[in-house]
Amino acid sequence: MTSENIEPAIEVRALDRYFGPIHAVRNISFSVRRGEVLGFLGPNGAGKSTTMKMITGFLEPSHGTVLVNGHNVVDHPLQVKAAIGYLPEGAPSYGEMTVRRFLNFIAEIRGFSGPEKQTRVEHAIKQINLESVVDQTIDTLSKGFRRRVGLAQAILHDPGILIMDEPTDGLDPNQKHEVRNLIKQMSVDKAIIISTHILEEVDAVCTRAIIIARGEILFDGTPAELRSRSDDNDLEHAFRNITTGSTSNYRETRLA
Amino acid sequence: MNNILAIMKRELYGYFATPVAYVFIVIFLFLSGLFTFYMGGFYERNQADLVAFFSFHPMLYLFLIPAISMRLWSEERKSGTIELIMTLPISTCDAVIGKFLAAWLFAGIALLMTFPIWITVNYLGDPDNTVIIANYVGSFLMAGGFLAIGSCISAITKSQVIAFVISILICFLFYVSGFPMVMNFFTGWAPQAIIDAISALSVLAHYDSIQKGIIDIRDIIYFVVLISFWLYANVITIEAKKAD
Repeated sequence: MTSENIEPAIEVRALDRYFGPIHAVRNISFSVRRGEVLGFLGPNGAGKSTTMKMITGFLEPSHGTVLVNGHNVVDHPLQVKAAIGYLPEGAPSYGEMTVRRFLNFIAEIRGFSGPEKQTRVEHAIKQINLESVVDQTIDTLSKGFRRRVGLAQAILHDPGILIMDEPTDGLDPNQKHEVRNLIKQMSVDKAIIISTHILEEVDAVCTRAIIIARGEILFDGTPAELRSRSDDNDLEHAFRNITTGSTSNYRETRLA
Repeated sequence: MNNILAIMKRELYGYFATPVAYVFIVIFLFLSGLFTFYMGGFYERNQADLVAFFSFHPMLYLFLIPAISMRLWSEERKSGTIELIMTLPISTCDAVIGKFLAAWLFAGIALLMTFPIWITVNYLGDPDNTVIIANYVGSFLMAGGFLAIGSCISAITKSQVIAFVISILICFLFYVSGFPMVMNFFTGWAPQAIIDAISALSVLAHYDSIQKGIIDIRDIIYFVVLISFWLYANVITIEAKKAD
């Protein structure tokens, strides 16, 4: 048990991914421990989702390794997938199912049955405040509710590791607030990665931020350190300094 | 095993939660009735058997089975739910088998709904019911073979229409591979072994052999191999293309 706490929950080493000629993720390394909430920041198409897909075992890395609780994703996909709760980009779900049926299905695949399945599903519904829509088909729900169904699905088995691709996208301010509180509550004993392009989210929930652009890590540090990268202590300025400044650096190194 | 069942249940629920199932079953029953009575001459034959009914199943399945199978994987890819199930703790193989079994079971349900014709023929005459059972088994196996082809093809594309058309084409090739027009094309230049192999691929030859009322182990093996091969190809296709 103790060794598990010392060992990072997620360890990413020298990850590379090509899509044909496109080098989408370049030599990315980082690790996440329990109790940490890591915010993935970066412009659209920076490689955030691709990195998350490789950690969750949906995509195979071209090079490099991902260790989840010490298991290599490529060699032990089922152990890794069982340990992770994942909200994919856009929160896909089966539109023709009701919320309750969908969560029951996820619970069954996660290996729960009988009364335990029921308590897990009920608990997730309560935690995410889905009571009012449980018997509606997912197709009829608003974007915000669909996102929350995706969240409920991800936390249903109380995973030690949570990976969420834009968890607050499409939510109204109140719902965003709720989801952030939920993430904070859960972060006590979980390793969490969220991707976002809302910078305030970094302040609100993250203990650490990584900025990725063009597939490379440009910054890895605490939100306070990120702030200090700008002259006026502003996250947005820091973000722009790092991401746009890098473009010229990147070009210089390629030309050199 | 539990995973296969969970996937199968969800998939079957998907058929009946939407009009797909009802539309399919109604059209299947309508067309099989039409073929039996008008083109098969069920009454005019004056025979207490269901040849008029079963001889049109290969034709019917050629179009209707791809209509079931086209959505199996292309819809998952299009809606992005493939990312959801492929990151759940379940192997690709279990997912493929679960979805295939749901589709096969569904085809089986549609087939069972044709039972009134069995009652009719028993009411009108004194048919050999063991032959009729063999007929049903053969028809069900052929549906499985076509479904496995269609399931694999639907994993190739996000477009259900493309999946539908290509599945029909490949099912058609398996359907006609024993026909003279295909055989004539090969005889004269291809070695006899290849000609034999092509004609042995014919779905129709194995189906007809079961239709005679004898379930030969070779025919069963043929369909089992056909289904296994295409499901295996299905797993490989998904592994290769899931993230495209």
